[in-house]
Amino acid sequence: MGIFCKSTLDGEAVDHCFSALLGLGQNADPSYLDWLLKAWGWTLAVAGLGLTIALLLGIIMGTLRTLPNTGGLSRLLVRLSTAWVELFRNIPVLVQVFLWYHVIPAFVLPLKALPSYWLVSIALGFFTSARIAEQVRAGIQSLPSGQRAAATALGLTTAQSYRYVILPMALRIVIPPLTSESMNVIKNSSVAFAVSVPELTLFAMQAQEETSHGVEIYLAVTALYALSAFTVNRVMALIEKRGRVPGFIAASNDSALAH
Amino acid sequence: MLSLDLGFYNWELFTSYILKGLLFSVQLTVIATVGGIVVGTFLALMRLSGKPALVYPATFYINTMRSIPLVMVILWFFLLIPMLIGRPIGADLSATITFIAFEAAFFSEIVRAGIQSVPKGQSYAGEALGMTYGQNMRLIVLPQAFRNMIPVFMTQTIILFQDTSLVYAIGAYDLLKGFEIAGKNYGRPIETYILAAATYFLICFSLSKVVRAIQAKVAIIR
Repeated sequence: MGIFCKSTLDGEAVDHCFSALLGLGQNADPSYLDWLLKAWGWTLAVAGLGLTIALLLGIIMGTLRTLPNTGGLSRLLVRLSTAWVELFRNIPVLVQVFLWYHVIPAFVLPLKALPSYWLVSIALGFFTSARIAEQVRAGIQSLPSGQRAAATALGLTTAQSYRYVILPMALRIVIPPLTSESMNVIKNSSVAFAVSVPELTLFAMQAQEETSHGVEIYLAVTALYALSAFTVNRVMALIEKRGRVPGFIAASNDSALAH
Repeated sequence: MLSLDLGFYNWELFTSYILKGLLFSVQLTVIATVGGIVVGTFLALMRLSGKPALVYPATFYINTMRSIPLVMVILWFFLLIPMLIGRPIGADLSATITFIAFEAAFFSEIVRAGIQSVPKGQSYAGEALGMTYGQNMRLIVLPQAFRNMIPVFMTQTIILFQDTSLVYAIGAYDLLKGFEIAGKNYGRPIETYILAAATYFLICFSLSKVVRAIQAKVAIIR
């Protein structure tokens, strides 16, 4: 694994593997380890932003899909959210990344000012939101219908019954599938290489080409992806444990790991 | 505001750029589905065998494949296969091997769930009739399991078809690449990306409608 202490400029060993990252010596060449860790940071930035967008939009769209048929507005919202899910889950994520990077900024000029990793995160977020919406919808529909009926009987409006009765239970139920979707976001962030975001996969491709130490470099990158996904898995398990309602939902983390 | 002109997208462009890519994407999907189901079934049987020497390697393989981004798996195989066999290998063949190996891990989990969905009494009855393990699986358990799994298999195949676009990483000529090259040669990259998205959408959306229809049928049988 000696390659990681070599300079990215001339291939010579550097004094300290973390030289540039730690700011040791202003003139120190950056090592491959510096580059790797920076790339990891980009992966986490793309995935973190993408996951935030995906959770927000996914929970909103999934909820809208279950609205009761009470009038023109709710029917319209159900249709819109259904169309949203179908649109964003039937186009490959890489194609969606190209759309957001090459196509949409040509029509929506302000997007040209955004850094490219934002555009990838938006693409990743929208793609994943369709899948999260389906999980949220399934979670809401798995609740006994008596819950909604009881909320109505108490005089709660539709919005109130979602806020106080349905969503608190449904969101707990969907934590295991959301865990695997969150891990998918980390994995899918690798498509950012295609629009030159300097994240782990692009690092792997470029460093492999430069050094011909492909195996070591791929091993390190793969380990960082696995570590990131595993961390997300543990954080979600913690959230699930903290949020558990006594007597409800015998949650199993196995199901999240198995997806 | 930019104006779109899709008039350049004609039969000649389709046959000279897109068709080749479409055929490769479809071929890759079909081979990876069939190969993935075959290999995946063996992996599932290993996991369910109860013998540690079979359970642990299968579990390790499945969990590894599932925790690595597909793009990295594609890159790994493209790097390792030439090292192992000692000569370079084309992107197409490398992609085919990768997808079979990768999808096997996902299909094996579907098969495992399918086998576990068959009531235990079925395999007990098979054993009581004096069937060997192989006979019991082949004649009793797997036929019932596979029928239950058909909709899930098809859903996975749609995801697989979308995932084939990731062979972009090693430069194989698939449907997306066909549109991209056409876009470059005709100087219309924006339009071709939109057409690529529309093509993928039409194929995946129609297939998912078919899956829903089949799902309804299978649900009645169960």
